[in-house]
Amino acid sequence: MSLLTPNPGLIFWMLVVFLLVVFILSKFAWKPILKGLKDRENEIQGALDLAEKTRAEMAQLKSDNEKLIAEANAIRDQILRDAKDASDRTIAESKDKAAVEAQKIIESARETIRNEQAVAVSKIKKEVATLSLEIAEKVLHRELEDKGAQEKLIADLASSARLN
Amino acid sequence: MYTHLRRFFTIALIAATCVFNLPARADEPTQHETDKVAQAVNEEEHKIEHKLEEHEAKFNIGEMIMHHIADSHEWEFSHGVSLPLPVILYSEDRGLEVFLSSNFHNEHHEYNGYHLVHGESEQIVPVDEARKIYDFSITKNVASMLISAVILILVFTSVAGWYKNSKGKAPKGFASAMEVIILFIRDEVVKPNVGPKYEKYLPYLLTLFFFILINNIMGLLPGSANLTGNIAVTMTLAVLTFIIVHLNANGNYYKHLLSPPGVPGPLLLIMIPVEIVGVFMKPFSLMVRLFANITAGHIILLSLFGLIFIFQSFVIAPVISLFALFLNFIEIMVAFIQAFIFTLLSSMYIGTAIEEHSHDHGHH
Repeated sequence: MSLLTPNPGLIFWMLVVFLLVVFILSKFAWKPILKGLKDRENEIQGALDLAEKTRAEMAQLKSDNEKLIAEANAIRDQILRDAKDASDRTIAESKDKAAVEAQKIIESARETIRNEQAVAVSKIKKEVATLSLEIAEKVLHRELEDKGAQEKLIADLASSARLN
Repeated sequence: MYTHLRRFFTIALIAATCVFNLPARADEPTQHETDKVAQAVNEEEHKIEHKLEEHEAKFNIGEMIMHHIADSHEWEFSHGVSLPLPVILYSEDRGLEVFLSSNFHNEHHEYNGYHLVHGESEQIVPVDEARKIYDFSITKNVASMLISAVILILVFTSVAGWYKNSKGKAPKGFASAMEVIILFIRDEVVKPNVGPKYEKYLPYLLTLFFFILINNIMGLLPGSANLTGNIAVTMTLAVLTFIIVHLNANGNYYKHLLSPPGVPGPLLLIMIPVEIVGVFMKPFSLMVRLFANITAGHIILLSLFGLIFIFQSFVIAPVISLFALFLNFIEIMVAFIQAFIFTLLSSMYIGTAIEEHSHDHGHH
């Protein structure tokens, strides 16, 4: 039965020693240890949060970049299309203009040719008139000298006149 | 039936008269002769007693076990090799007295008017029985407790030093080994059972766990004290938990105690005493559980070793040693489990006492 009867002296020492141990350990051991553990946990949690945030930011940046690239591509395409249109238009316009100009030049050339022709025809006509007059003069001259020769001459002249 | 009884009584009566008449008749012959006979009988009795004593002195397993699990005023490492411990006595007439327990090493186990009684457990009693003394001696258990306290303080202040000196570093070495246990107690035992205000009770519960653990393990060492298997120690721990629970308990807890909700009026007559008994049952179970587990473990181990001395056989000894080795491993496990359970139940008791439940009172 002595096993089951608590000894007052031992209870006294147990209380003193255990409470002292609780006090000393609380103050000098558990406080710094638990604080260290908590700090480290907070640190790890903070680092994890930061990594998560950075990842989200990276994802955001990436999507932003992609959007920017898409926009830039669209703008480039637009610019290219506009430029092409403009050049096409210019080319078409200049073609038209050139065609008109060429028409004009051709027209004026025709005019000139016609004028030249008219001048040349009138000149020829004048020449022919002069030549006919000379021939007539010469014929008349020869007629006056020989009758046969005159006829021959007239025949020659006539043939040559037909060639003209 | 009746005749049987009658015969029995008659025989009993005759026998009784014979027995009582014998000495009367024996007195009649000469006084001398009877004295001689009595002396001879006495001598024979003495011889038998002496033989019995001798036999008991050889080996008494019950005595050996009790001697090992009980407290003592000196620290016996092996038979005859012992460290005397200080005896501290207080009495109203003599005041405080301090002397070494080795002073009792004399024929009568007596010193300075005190007598060291070796009964089931050691006790110091004054020779003058009218005096009342209080024994505050540093017994084997107290010495062992002091050693464990010093170990605990040294170990955990050094671990704390590591946390102070290497902030932000990965845990390493001994600190990380302790950290695993501390984290286990904090996250698996205290946090889920005490609730959101766990930080206030964490230092007490951590100290409780490590104090019980180190003393359980120290108790398994050969020649060591059986501190956590001592009812005074487990009682102190259980009472401390009881005090902490009832100092911090909220109104809800006391209200539930005196008027359990959902119980019809007449049943309250039974329920309230049951609840109040339950309040004292909790620390009582804490006390008995730790004490009984550790003491039982020691008794089993000592009984096994005792068997070797009883059989005194070379065949039995190795078998029993192997079995004792196996039980020692179990005892190491028990050391951890009991420390864990004491801490777990303490935190559960604290948790239920400080629990806030503003919602329905329907469940328990």
